[in-house]
Amino acid sequence: MAYVAVKGGERAIGNAHAWLAETRRGDTDVPELDVAQVAQQLGLAVDRVMAEGSCYDRDLAALAIKQARGDLIEAAFLLRAYRTTLPRFGYAAPLDTGAMRIRRRVSATYKDLPGGQVLGPTFDYTHRLLDFTLAAAGEPPAPAPEVEAEDAEAPRVTELLARENLMRRDEASEVEPADLTRQPLSFPAARPTRLQNLARGDEGFLLGLGYSTQRGYGNSHPFVGEIRHGSVTVCFTPPELGFEIEIGEIDVTECQMVNQFHGSRSEPPQFTRGYGLVLGQGERKAMSMALVDRALQAGELGEDRTAPAQDEEFVLMHSDNVEATGFVEHLKLPHYVDFQSELEVVRLMRATAAEPEKAEP
Amino acid sequence: MSEDIKARRRWMGLLARSSHNAIRARLNDAPPLPPHSRLRGPETGLVMLRGRAGGDGSAFNLSEMTVTRCAVTLEDGTVGHAYVAGRDRQQAELAAVLDAALQNAALRPALMGAVVEPLAAQEAEHRAREARKAAATRVQFFTMANMR
Repeated sequence: MAYVAVKGGERAIGNAHAWLAETRRGDTDVPELDVAQVAQQLGLAVDRVMAEGSCYDRDLAALAIKQARGDLIEAAFLLRAYRTTLPRFGYAAPLDTGAMRIRRRVSATYKDLPGGQVLGPTFDYTHRLLDFTLAAAGEPPAPAPEVEAEDAEAPRVTELLARENLMRRDEASEVEPADLTRQPLSFPAARPTRLQNLARGDEGFLLGLGYSTQRGYGNSHPFVGEIRHGSVTVCFTPPELGFEIEIGEIDVTECQMVNQFHGSRSEPPQFTRGYGLVLGQGERKAMSMALVDRALQAGELGEDRTAPAQDEEFVLMHSDNVEATGFVEHLKLPHYVDFQSELEVVRLMRATAAEPEKAEP
Repeated sequence: MSEDIKARRRWMGLLARSSHNAIRARLNDAPPLPPHSRLRGPETGLVMLRGRAGGDGSAFNLSEMTVTRCAVTLEDGTVGHAYVAGRDRQQAELAAVLDAALQNAALRPALMGAVVEPLAAQEAEHRAREARKAAATRVQFFTMANMR
């Protein structure tokens, strides 16, 4: 039975939203949170909302987080809804992550790699002990140390392996990639479509799936070839100008996962790769995306598809938290008519089942 | 690509990566901007960002970003354009007016000196500081076993 609409409840809904606004503000003796404070001091929450809301705009994401009381999926939903009100100017040129102004770059496969290992502002190697000095507002921290920077090129680790023919190259086709904001998902999905889906997918879902591949569900023996985070330039060609211009700069995180591949009838044993690219500083998400991207290549590489992470329909249909939350949470809306019909069916079935017993003695 | 277009791309990029306040502050030392009228916008829309699989493979759509654009014309008919990341309509309009004014050979030297070059220097200094902070976190890992 289809969903049947209900009417009424306007006053209660209005009052509930008024209470929501009051609750959002909290104790008025505590200063109100400024959107700029969210953008500056809760930067990783902002990054996550931009990535999953699939819209790069730090201030809008910060506003969404404030409005959603810190519920990041609700905030991503708000951002997705807002973007539908804006016209589309066009497509930017693919970001050149090789030319990234690097704040962080680490490799787990090469100790000494051209361009070096740069830790950047990371939680790695912290002791995960609560820092109570942050609870007492004090002086701002001392500026981070600086040392003279060498102007070193930082080539991709995957390129080093590809030069030795030990890494399968990603074929670069110049075919216009499908756009999930324009065309619905269909299967089998091409890799560009899968990557777009994963880039806006839920971090928790991808983390769980990525973890499952490590635990043996579609084991892919991964190494982090490289993670890099920093700023890249966005280039766009306005039709009225006819030449490419730079329209801004954004922060992204990229992960190149290097995986074993035993070879197939047509290809020698070599390494393959999984790729993750995420808005902002989202290392966990970029790594998870790379693991899942590699698992989803099983079909192309002639590997058995046995694990959930290798099943593209399962992964891609359930990765979007805005879609998922819409369908899960709609269950709490009034279903009185649907349920009434189910109730009648169950009563009828029970009555029918009880009748033969009556007839028996 | 002609030298004129190269120079124009440079200032358009710098104005886009700057902010309304930073540009406005530089204008105090510049001759007044010529009067302009709006041709289009300023209006905010979206540009779809793209990445490449593996960094160098096939392109894929990554996410949208907000962009504000504006087109203006000066009294002499010169048209200025701006596409600026974000939703700052004032920045987009100012960048479009500057784009038009900078195309005028008589106005260009003063505006380059007062606005564009200082913005470039500011950006270079900011990037150099970030690079020095990154360099301070450069590590040398030592493996505890002999590598084969």
